[in-house]
Amino acid sequence: MMAGLRVIDCGSCTTIQDHGRFGFRRFGVSTSGWVDRSSARLANALVGNSPFEACVEFQLAGGRLSVEDKEVAIALVGPDCPLRIEGSFVPSNRSARAKNGDIVEVGPVRGGVYAYLAVGGGIDLQPQMGSLSAHARTGIGGKTLAAGDRLPTKAPERGKLLEAVPTTGDDDPIRFVAGPQNDYFAAEALTLLAQCPFTVRHDSDRMACRLSGPELRHLGDANIVSDGVLPGSIQVPGDGVPTVLLRDCPPTGGYPKIATVISSDLDRLAQISPGGIVNFSSVTLDEAVAAAVLAKTRMDRTLSSIRPVSLGPTTESLLSVNLIHGSTDGL
Amino acid sequence: MSPNYPRVLPCGDSALTIEFGNEIDARLNEQVIELDREVRRARLPGVIETVPTYCSLLVHLDPVNSAHADLILTLSRLARDVRPQPGKGRRWRVPVVYGGNFGEDLDALAKARGISPEQAIELHSETTYRVFMVGFMPGFTYLGGLDPRLATPRRGTPRRRIPGGSVAIGGGQTAIGSIPSPSGWHLIGRTPVRSFHPDRNPIFLFEPGDAVEFEPFPAEEWERLEAQFASGDAFPKSCA
Repeated sequence: MMAGLRVIDCGSCTTIQDHGRFGFRRFGVSTSGWVDRSSARLANALVGNSPFEACVEFQLAGGRLSVEDKEVAIALVGPDCPLRIEGSFVPSNRSARAKNGDIVEVGPVRGGVYAYLAVGGGIDLQPQMGSLSAHARTGIGGKTLAAGDRLPTKAPERGKLLEAVPTTGDDDPIRFVAGPQNDYFAAEALTLLAQCPFTVRHDSDRMACRLSGPELRHLGDANIVSDGVLPGSIQVPGDGVPTVLLRDCPPTGGYPKIATVISSDLDRLAQISPGGIVNFSSVTLDEAVAAAVLAKTRMDRTLSSIRPVSLGPTTESLLSVNLIHGSTDGL
Repeated sequence: MSPNYPRVLPCGDSALTIEFGNEIDARLNEQVIELDREVRRARLPGVIETVPTYCSLLVHLDPVNSAHADLILTLSRLARDVRPQPGKGRRWRVPVVYGGNFGEDLDALAKARGISPEQAIELHSETTYRVFMVGFMPGFTYLGGLDPRLATPRRGTPRRRIPGGSVAIGGGQTAIGSIPSPSGWHLIGRTPVRSFHPDRNPIFLFEPGDAVEFEPFPAEEWERLEAQFASGDAFPKSCA
């Protein structure tokens, strides 16, 4: 039997995701891929994988997996999301080894929505159209994971366990660039978007972060001839309620897009839990590009902070263990 | 207020859209298709992929490795100078079984238009359509050129799931569906041709700019046709 993980149980939106499926958007195929790219990249790096290996993406609920045949290295990255191996907590932002037969417990995701479990060597399944990312709506790349599903892993070399010091997240506003169709809206609509708080709705998913808040009024028709959209597009249907598209969005849509969330803030937006507040702010294209460059620099810094796990527990790892214990006792 | 077309607009830091207008029009679409060809040929640095739609082209970018200002200038120039080349696409003849269980809205649509179901089939299958875009679902093919006598507003309540291969009418457009999906369009027939088949080369058949004609077949022929196309090995007739 090949080494791998078997799903014991998991939340209904658990999927396998990698960087995404590119080159087929002209034929109506979503890219899919990790909703929170930076977390997934860090998880891969912590088990020594290439940045583009597929991970298991958990959404809110988490899940349990059993290790089959061989020892595997695993790492979980997600906002305040516990990882336990045989009941023992693994400090956040570091890898750990799980032996044959061990039960790996993930979640729930308490500080956000998405968490990523990377496995040393990566997941050894057949890519479809160049990617392992599952687009549950069409079945391309697979469906959501369920009890009994097996995830074979590629034969990894036994490497050192690693840990990282990630740059901390911030609560700054989510930045957007106006357009492409802001001229379809009343003049005050962009001001409302930039100045009013919006709430993330509970029907948000991998396709879109759906919001509630003030109505963004169209000048005329709320329908346009279908054109291209992308993750980050803020489309506004006839009811005036904005929706920010995410990784599972179709490549085209028929609503005007008042603005587009910049690439460097999309991971952070997607991690805001249902019921959470989103504040937006407007930036220029130049500022958006500068933010993308800065985000890449930060990611590189986080990745270069990765080092072998020190023998004794660090103050930081002790603290994170205590924190997790403290907040799970009440569950 | 009508914008000056063509116009190049940023979609955040990860894409640029080039709009030629905001209507369904073959001449606009021809410009989109030709610009798409030229952008792909130019292999501009930072461009990940392009998505041609009815009257605009979306150019996806790597935000960190693109020179946005240069790209906007280059794309503006290409869009302004684009010379559409109609008739470059391929021609397809697509078999369809109309009506009955294969197109359950045909009778109602014909009645609403004041014609017989037979006349509706005739009008639908005697037109050469243009593929305007592929989108919504993998391989879902939007066709322009529907006879105005068949144009029918979309259903008030969309269906949650329609069969793959559905041939349908929505407003002034008709389309070839690919895989089962929700839909508010009127189902008038079904084709066994798979516009999307993940294990076939090519995975997708129809591309924007192609021409499509429908060839009606009686319901008794369905099983034979389906067997022929199900494996993905057979192609509809392509005349180019």
